[in-house]
Amino acid sequence: MPQTFPQNKGSVLDIVNLTMNFGGLRAIDAVNLHVKQWEIVALIGPNGAGKTTIFNCITGLYKPTAGDIFIQPPGRKRKRVTGMKIHKITKRGMARTFQNIRIFSNMTALENVMIGRHCRTKAGVWEAVLKNKRTRKEEKDIVSQSYNILAKVGLTQAVNELAKNLPYGAQRRLEIARAMATEPFLLLLDEPAAGMNPYETKELDELILRIREEERISILMIEHDMKLVMSVSDRIYVMDYGEKIAEGSPSEIRENHVVIKAYLGEEFDA
Amino acid sequence: MRKIKELRQSLLISVWFMFLTFPIMVIRVNTIDNIIEWRWMNMIYVGLGSFVFSFIWRYLLSKKQSGAKLLKADKPAYLLPMQRIFANPWMQMSALFFIAVFAVIFPFVFSSYQINIMTTALMYVVLGLGLNIVVGQAGLLNLGYAAFYAVGAYSYALLNYHFGIGFWTALPIGAALAALFGIILGLPVLRLRGDYLAIVTLGFGEIVRLVLENWNEFSFGPSGISNIPRPGFFGIELNFEQVSAYLYFLVIGICLLAIFVIRRLQNSRIGRAWIAMREDEVACQSMGIDMTRAKLTALALSSMWAGLVGVIFAAKTTFINPASFTFLESAMILSIIVIGGMGTILGVIVGAFLLILLPEYLRALSDYRMLAFGAAIVLMMIFRPQGIVTVSRRTYQFSDENHAPDISTK
Amino acid sequence: MDYFLEIFWGGLTRGSIYALIALGYTMVYGILELINFAHGEIYMIGAFTALIVSTALAMAGMKGLTVFILASVLAVIYASAYGFTVEKIAYKPLRQAPRLSPLISAIGMSIFLQNYVLLAQTSDFLPFPGLIPEFTFMQPYAHIIGSTEMVIISTTALIMLLLTVFIKFTRMGKAMRATAQDRNMAMLVGIDINKVISSTFILGSALAAVGGVLIASHIGRINFYIGFIAGIKAFTAAVLGGIGSIPGAVLGGLVLGWTESFATGYVSSDYEDVFAFAFLVLILIFRPSGLVGRKTIQKV
Repeated sequence: MPQTFPQNKGSVLDIVNLTMNFGGLRAIDAVNLHVKQWEIVALIGPNGAGKTTIFNCITGLYKPTAGDIFIQPPGRKRKRVTGMKIHKITKRGMARTFQNIRIFSNMTALENVMIGRHCRTKAGVWEAVLKNKRTRKEEKDIVSQSYNILAKVGLTQAVNELAKNLPYGAQRRLEIARAMATEPFLLLLDEPAAGMNPYETKELDELILRIREEERISILMIEHDMKLVMSVSDRIYVMDYGEKIAEGSPSEIRENHVVIKAYLGEEFDA
Repeated sequence: MRKIKELRQSLLISVWFMFLTFPIMVIRVNTIDNIIEWRWMNMIYVGLGSFVFSFIWRYLLSKKQSGAKLLKADKPAYLLPMQRIFANPWMQMSALFFIAVFAVIFPFVFSSYQINIMTTALMYVVLGLGLNIVVGQAGLLNLGYAAFYAVGAYSYALLNYHFGIGFWTALPIGAALAALFGIILGLPVLRLRGDYLAIVTLGFGEIVRLVLENWNEFSFGPSGISNIPRPGFFGIELNFEQVSAYLYFLVIGICLLAIFVIRRLQNSRIGRAWIAMREDEVACQSMGIDMTRAKLTALALSSMWAGLVGVIFAAKTTFINPASFTFLESAMILSIIVIGGMGTILGVIVGAFLLILLPEYLRALSDYRMLAFGAAIVLMMIFRPQGIVTVSRRTYQFSDENHAPDISTK
Repeated sequence: MDYFLEIFWGGLTRGSIYALIALGYTMVYGILELINFAHGEIYMIGAFTALIVSTALAMAGMKGLTVFILASVLAVIYASAYGFTVEKIAYKPLRQAPRLSPLISAIGMSIFLQNYVLLAQTSDFLPFPGLIPEFTFMQPYAHIIGSTEMVIISTTALIMLLLTVFIKFTRMGKAMRATAQDRNMAMLVGIDINKVISSTFILGSALAAVGGVLIASHIGRINFYIGFIAGIKAFTAAVLGGIGSIPGAVLGGLVLGWTESFATGYVSSDYEDVFAFAFLVLILIFRPSGLVGRKTIQKV
């Protein structure tokens, strides 16, 4: 069941009429979507429905054909981020994970998270060479902050392991930790439970809720595991063939005939 | 049974290579006197050589495959016996001490010929370290590194020719110009994928050389620039021997500076960003790293060293022309880091000494130098991609006590 | 007008040769995503083999077209053998390696082969015999287009036609296209990948050898270094057309040939090679997918 959480605030992410064409193919067709503060929103739909494409548009990897993306970080001004460079969007406070894990395999778990701290730290070439007091302190802070984040996702025992040597579930959690290190107001998770066993999914369920609780951030996630979706999300968007076909609370979606027909069908009986 | 099969296979390989090398190795035509020279002995050499080599090849390949399995089991990479000895910090310290003493007394003991060779080797150490920033750390293959070297050399030569600017003034200018060239080249090519970037840098390197060769008014064409002054020593004119020693110590100084700066960079926020960029560009950007900036920084910092060494090169030889900055020069510097060990400072140093000093002291073999480098590059890539010197990258090792970070070698 | 036509045909000749070599790059890239840096050297070895064979035969008293045909056939056979061997030694062990490894290995191979020919033969330019006879019916046009150029252009056209038929209709051609599309999938449906890759190298090398023989008899001299420049230019042609695309390589070769021809004919001949390199840099920067290539979408 969705947790109760104060949701009186405005939306932090507003997607207006987002459209994306690849050649002649329309991957997303005028989709509207928003995420409110502290909200966990799920984006579901069959494979190829355009979910990851939306993520790629939000995070700046693709430049949308039409439509707009606005963000309003808590306590900050509303800002249009359509077509902005990837790293700038991350710096503005949206961080993501990837459907096919993309960790830095030959770096340790700690170093992976340290990379996430990059956009919140400053040391340049001169500072690196001179290594003055301030730089040393910054480095020290990066390490301890990264360690704390690893602790939050329960990876402290793997802190010095090379990322490629971690088990699959741990790699997924490392990706989440790395994204959190960028201090986002909105965390975008692309199929976080993919390839996880039921036990790991259960842990992920708790982790997602805990992140919201402790970090006070919003989460937008793409997920196929309906059990996870139904248990953590406040609201759900359903997509099919590039269009949004439904939205609502988990219970509304559960009852929605269009959705059942288009997508859930027998899968949802479980 | 297996032995017989291998024997048969090796025989086949040897026959194949005898066939393959027949026209080039055996026949030599002299088109002027219309004589054909038949060199049958070569065929026998090729046959025997490829027969023996096929066994070595097979052995190495099987070892590599079992090595790959070992690596999967997370065993530490195989280290050379030498490296195991030097794992001991006390041995490290004493070795460093002896090297330092040797380096200091070297110019007082050896002839200026020897000093010059050593200076050249040290210059290549710096070039290798510089190229290593982009190739080994940032993972961008630069095949036109000699162009930046040329920028340094020509900036000193031309500035001196036209404006009488001295060595010490030219040194930073040459470095800055080379860095600027790095950025100019970098700006448009940043979006390119790795292998395309390699070709563009190659093209760029050739363009620089061809322009230097053809633009006579600017660069004096293929005949180059001569009478470039050697560096002065606080206004005192030095004789040839003294200049050699002077340049030697100067290059040692630059070498130490390069090692210091590059080590600092490696273990910094920027160095980490480079590694991340090498690992996965998309993820790297998504983590908020400005990749354009990271790449440009790497290119500029890397080219800078080439410019610096270029100025010294011009001052050392007192004569430069475009022939010194061909693709082979770039390939040579690349060989240094590939053979020595990509991404590691010690590897580059070992590689530079090996590649510069070996052909120098084995004069008989110096004709075969490039042939051997080419073969060595291929063999290294296949059998020892990490290079001769294997130093697993220094990683941040987190020690739990009061969250104090402790950086040590794993 | 005659000057223009002369340059036009000159450019077409040049372009044909670039196209022949570019095909090797494009086919290998299509299948392995590898810039076969040693491809230029294969072309050079083809030309050298032809030179050696034809000189030897001429000294043995043979004449004219027989020498040309025998030399060409042997050049093609040897170049193919070298291409095949180079792949087995320098690239095959690196199929699973990081992307830059086979490229660096290819550079090593290129340096090795250059110096191998340099040491086994000579560093001097060798005169290449004019193997292609002057046709009498071409006489009236000799000031615009020579017989050799005519032969080069028509041979190239014929080869392109044969290649298209091969790629489109034969079993191996189809296997090549399938492998280029998706190597793993091709493997799953039972295509022998090693065979396809070897065939690609053999075919590409054969085409390069044809180019080598033709251009050598056109220019009349060769040395161990011709492969480097020709290789870069042919690679430029392949990229210009859209690397991985066969018609693209032909188109790219022709466009590059004409550009060079007109630039040196009307602007300046000092910078002949600079034009090609600058062209390469510009295309890669502004249109890395080439003239006919499609833009690839980065999948995440």
